[in-house]
Amino acid sequence: MVKFQFQSISHLLDMGGHGFYVWSAVIVTLIVIIGLIVRPLLQHRVVLNQIAQELAREKLRKKTNVEGN
Amino acid sequence: MNWVWFYRLGSPLWFYQTTTRWLPWLSLLAFILLATGLVWGLGFAPQDAKQGNSFRIIYMHVPASFLALAGYFLMAAAGAIGLIWKMKLSYMVMKAAAPIGAALTFLALFTGAVWGMPTWGSYWVWDARITSMLILLFLYFGVLALQYAFHNEEASNKASAVLALVGTVNIPIIYKSVDWWYTLHQPSTIKLTSAPSMHPDMFQPLLVMILGFYCFYVVALCLFTRVEILRRERKTTWVGDLIGASNNAVEGEKW
Amino acid sequence: MRKYTSNGFYAYLRRDLLQSHRRLGEAASPLIFFVMASTLVPLGITPDPDSLAEIASGIIWVFALLATMLSVGGLFAGDYQDGSLEQLLISPQVLVMPVLGKVTAHWLITGLPLTLVSPLLGLMLFLPEAGYLPMTASLALGTACLSLLGAVGAALTVSLQKGGMLLALIVMPLYMPVIIFGAATVQYGIDGLAWTAPLAILGAMLAAAIALCPLAIASVLRLTSIN
Repeated sequence: MVKFQFQSISHLLDMGGHGFYVWSAVIVTLIVIIGLIVRPLLQHRVVLNQIAQELAREKLRKKTNVEGN
Repeated sequence: MNWVWFYRLGSPLWFYQTTTRWLPWLSLLAFILLATGLVWGLGFAPQDAKQGNSFRIIYMHVPASFLALAGYFLMAAAGAIGLIWKMKLSYMVMKAAAPIGAALTFLALFTGAVWGMPTWGSYWVWDARITSMLILLFLYFGVLALQYAFHNEEASNKASAVLALVGTVNIPIIYKSVDWWYTLHQPSTIKLTSAPSMHPDMFQPLLVMILGFYCFYVVALCLFTRVEILRRERKTTWVGDLIGASNNAVEGEKW
Repeated sequence: MRKYTSNGFYAYLRRDLLQSHRRLGEAASPLIFFVMASTLVPLGITPDPDSLAEIASGIIWVFALLATMLSVGGLFAGDYQDGSLEQLLISPQVLVMPVLGKVTAHWLITGLPLTLVSPLLGLMLFLPEAGYLPMTASLALGTACLSLLGAVGAALTVSLQKGGMLLALIVMPLYMPVIIFGAATVQYGIDGLAWTAPLAILGAMLAAAIALCPLAIASVLRLTSIN
């Protein structure tokens, strides 16, 4: 039913002369997909850190306020 | 009629918790579908009689195009829900959909361009479909630019929602206009290659890729929305608990 | 018993026309831009009559579109800054009519002069004879459409500092169907085809815009005049 269409890996890379086009499409697709996953994950970490710092600062401020009184 | 389920959908906390549970599985599904579809399409599907192996770009181009367009409608629908029911979460989803849709539109244009070179001898052709996709990219740019221009969050939400809706109304008009425009100017030498009836051996991997892309879109949308939720809900108790810091959030609303 | 709705229309139409009359220089700048920018094309591309004749319809349409787009930003900006927009929002009139009045005034000040001057530009750009009437007709209807659509963008960006470029970005995709059919009207006329056909579509777009845009503008003004 399904069979591998190419005789060898070099044939796969060459794609009957269209290799540059097909593989650049593949590479850019992978870059976009991976980018759209990685970017929010990185932002997630950054935002969590930011909030943690803000909360720590708030806590410290409250503590010094209480002690100051 | 019990509407509780609908309003629970509007809770950022509920969304965050649910996605934390289900995203890993959905991501796995998306990965499996995409990997299978890609390997199948690139290596195992038969090549096209006329176009040869460059035809394989269809396995990336078509899903990206579908989602670019569907993503715009989803963005507009989320905006409409936000406007009508004043649901913050809906606005967050709308804002998350914008960069994803723009990236996929760009992907559709890029894959279309590299497909065009071996097929028609040119990277760019002002045909109806490509031109419409380009205008869709412009529409996305407009929404993105407007989103970030406002300082006031509420104004930003509402303006972006209205613009997305105005764009949605215009998309059919734009498509039809560009289609008609192209028939006026179509050079006789270039024939628009559509894939009319595809052989099942070619269609099956395409279906897998489309499904994979849809799953991937949902995963990306959830990821972007989660970041937006954290940003906007930073003062709530549950976010504070999440960080494991002290539970003395300032006047936090408890969800 | 006075009817407030129609009074809103004429009141604001008259108001905007008066304001422009007091600042005629400002009001004339879109027109001057239109003429000057169109001359960039022979300067930058070619003064050859045959080449220009081929693209004259497109040049005139593109620059009419740009002139309208650049001027529409000022529709609500002045009112926003001096507070009269707020007054408008809390007044008893149905907001749709004053908005329509303002946009009509904008068209009378910008679109109509562009339309009337276009034959002159056609002369300078060697527009074929058969193109003059369809050009004027398409511009008359088209610029009205452009004013209405542009006003939606103006309303969205009214409270933003650097709203001008953003307005252009937002509004240009919406303008594309208008220019497609507008330029096609002229081209049909030049080619001897039935140019009333694309003109009719332009008319349909205008009818839809008159019906829908004021509603959109009114709701947007209420939503976004805070920043």
